[in-house]
Amino acid sequence: MVYTKRVDGRKLDELRPMEAKIGIIPNADGSAYFKMGNTIAYAAVYGPRELFPKFLQNPKTGIIRCHYSMMPFSGSGERIRPGGNRRSQEISMVMNSSLQSVIDLSAFPNTVVDVYVDLPQTDAGTRCAAITAASMALAHAGIPMKDLISAVAVGEVDGTVVADLNYDEEAYDAVVSDIPVAMTANKKEITLLQMDGEISKASLIKALEMAAIATEKIYQVQKAALKNKFTKE
Amino acid sequence: MITMIVNKETIAQLAAEGKRLDRRSLTEYRKPIHVELNISWTAEGSAKVQIGDTIVMAGVKLAMEKTYNDTPDEGGIMVNTELLPLSNPEYESGPPSIKSIELARVIDRGIREAKAIDLKKLCIKAGEKAWFVTIDIITINDNGNLFDACGMAALAALKSAYFPTVDPVTGAIDYKHKTKEKLPLIKEPLPVTVYKIGNALLVDPTFEEEGAYDARLTVATDDKGVISAMQKGGSAPLTIEETSRIIDLATEKSRFLRAELNKFLK
Amino acid sequence: MSNILIQERDVVIPGEALAEGMDFLPGDNTYRDDNKIYSKILGLVNVSGRVLRITPLSGPYVPKIGDKIIGKITDITMSGWRVDTGTAYSAFLNVKDATTRFVKKEEDLSQILAIGDYIVVIIVNVTSQNLIDLTMKEPGLHKITGGRVIHINTQKVPRVIGKQGSMISLIKQKTGCDVTVGQNGLIWVKGQSDNEYRAEQAIKLIEEKAHLEGVTDRVSKFLEENQ
Repeated sequence: MVYTKRVDGRKLDELRPMEAKIGIIPNADGSAYFKMGNTIAYAAVYGPRELFPKFLQNPKTGIIRCHYSMMPFSGSGERIRPGGNRRSQEISMVMNSSLQSVIDLSAFPNTVVDVYVDLPQTDAGTRCAAITAASMALAHAGIPMKDLISAVAVGEVDGTVVADLNYDEEAYDAVVSDIPVAMTANKKEITLLQMDGEISKASLIKALEMAAIATEKIYQVQKAALKNKFTKE
Repeated sequence: MITMIVNKETIAQLAAEGKRLDRRSLTEYRKPIHVELNISWTAEGSAKVQIGDTIVMAGVKLAMEKTYNDTPDEGGIMVNTELLPLSNPEYESGPPSIKSIELARVIDRGIREAKAIDLKKLCIKAGEKAWFVTIDIITINDNGNLFDACGMAALAALKSAYFPTVDPVTGAIDYKHKTKEKLPLIKEPLPVTVYKIGNALLVDPTFEEEGAYDARLTVATDDKGVISAMQKGGSAPLTIEETSRIIDLATEKSRFLRAELNKFLK
Repeated sequence: MSNILIQERDVVIPGEALAEGMDFLPGDNTYRDDNKIYSKILGLVNVSGRVLRITPLSGPYVPKIGDKIIGKITDITMSGWRVDTGTAYSAFLNVKDATTRFVKKEEDLSQILAIGDYIVVIIVNVTSQNLIDLTMKEPGLHKITGGRVIHINTQKVPRVIGKQGSMISLIKQKTGCDVTVGQNGLIWVKGQSDNEYRAEQAIKLIEEKAHLEGVTDRVSKFLEENQ
């Protein structure tokens, strides 16, 4: 084991500082802000609203449609061309299935709930911050859902399992695996799982167990933000 | 909400009496006006501007590129706006709308034609390499008057920008480490848009009021009151006398907005 | 052994456990999983006997027969008007339900109601797919002229109306405005323009503070102070 001291000095299971705010976009039916270290996500929910084109409508239920996008100046290198790319489309899709697993739109057949997440600055873990923010925005919009979703990236850096990798760790010059995980709050069921890099099964399971503990910490931040919105003066 | 409400008749009636739905005077901006700098560590310069509950962000990115043949000793600037569907239920994903294109071009002209940035100072090696500045302006919550809010955000982002470090050997840009060198900003243009409803002239409309205007004129002026760009919108005509009054009002409000902005620049 | 985990009027979030054991029953906006009852929505807890319910703090309007709502004309067809109700579902107002007078076949319907007009209507039918039929033929239903239409979250409508209409009476009395509340969250206020503004601010105050105690006192104080 070579990687014992993390690049930013955190403990192995320590998350970066978090901040969550609710209702930051007055035009939206629900909205949230989530900051994890230097990654920031703004989420807005519109709907349920009429779904076009009509052939996408489902007469049994409403559907959700996630739109993930990095702002042009949010990458740590050159400017990102606006208008989306294959990466943002794939992330939107996996966000969709992650959040769809807890929401219940059966009372709103043929409709769509649009979830927009835009990031002004990033430092790894963007899809996880996006899902965490989107989950709060959906709750704020009054969408019926079984549970909240919280997400974090775990992984193995040079033989050591860590939680909430930042960019420097993802780019660490050794064998690195990056595993974005989203989980439900109550049962810690996995609703998003991706991975790239190399990892053994034993380390993977250890990483997922670390994710369960990490998402619980994130959930507490989400819960406090939602409650504060309606209990504080 | 499916569509935003517009009480068009009442807005027009009130405007004729010098009144507005929210009891502001015709020439009064909403409160708060708030500016936050460095809202994005990944941008070379950035700002968030709030006027009432209209919220926009601007980020400046710098790139080293080959100079153009017709201006071999100059760098360049480009302004892009993104009307995010996140910011208003009426915006959709997809290619930029004409509203977004107009907004970007008017703000671009305000900065470019004022020669606000000394483009010659952006040149690294004549005929070969120069810095090119891109200003991306993003809407977070659109409740009207995007021209003024976006223009203010663009200027604030430019004022807060620093060049990234460049490796002297390889020439590679290290965006994570900024130098202490600011952009060569020599003038500070700010656009103000005056709206005409009936015969009344007003500033800083809400999204609802924007749904009721007959004509508008955006006027960008610098700190000395020199006009660098204008854009008329709407189908109603303006007389020369009205245009003159609009320019006076816009110049006054540009001074006001510049003073508001300076409060946050320390 | 049953155990209640929350108190009356607590703010709960989706997925939050409300009670364990089989003695309690899941009511509106809750669900049971194994031996626990959970909230399905962001809202306030309501315990009535053994039944646990959640009153939503936000969320969409669900159209119901008999609801008075405010809508906006978006299209004119051969037989009537398509109406935006601020929901995901479009509504239809048939010519025969719009007016008691006889409308000739070749008559220009835009002379009766034009695109962009706001109307006060009642829902007469909602299909399983939530298609909505409207009527404007009962007393108090009409096209809106003058004043201002404002929008609030539909879940706050009952608070704006108040018990037996007490809150809305208070606003009407203190501002001298006519106020018509649509169940879909659209509200029409008409009076002298400064008073319209006061009424609007009072309604926004209720929307913002609806979940807190003593809303009537706050509104009453606001209207006294802003005469």
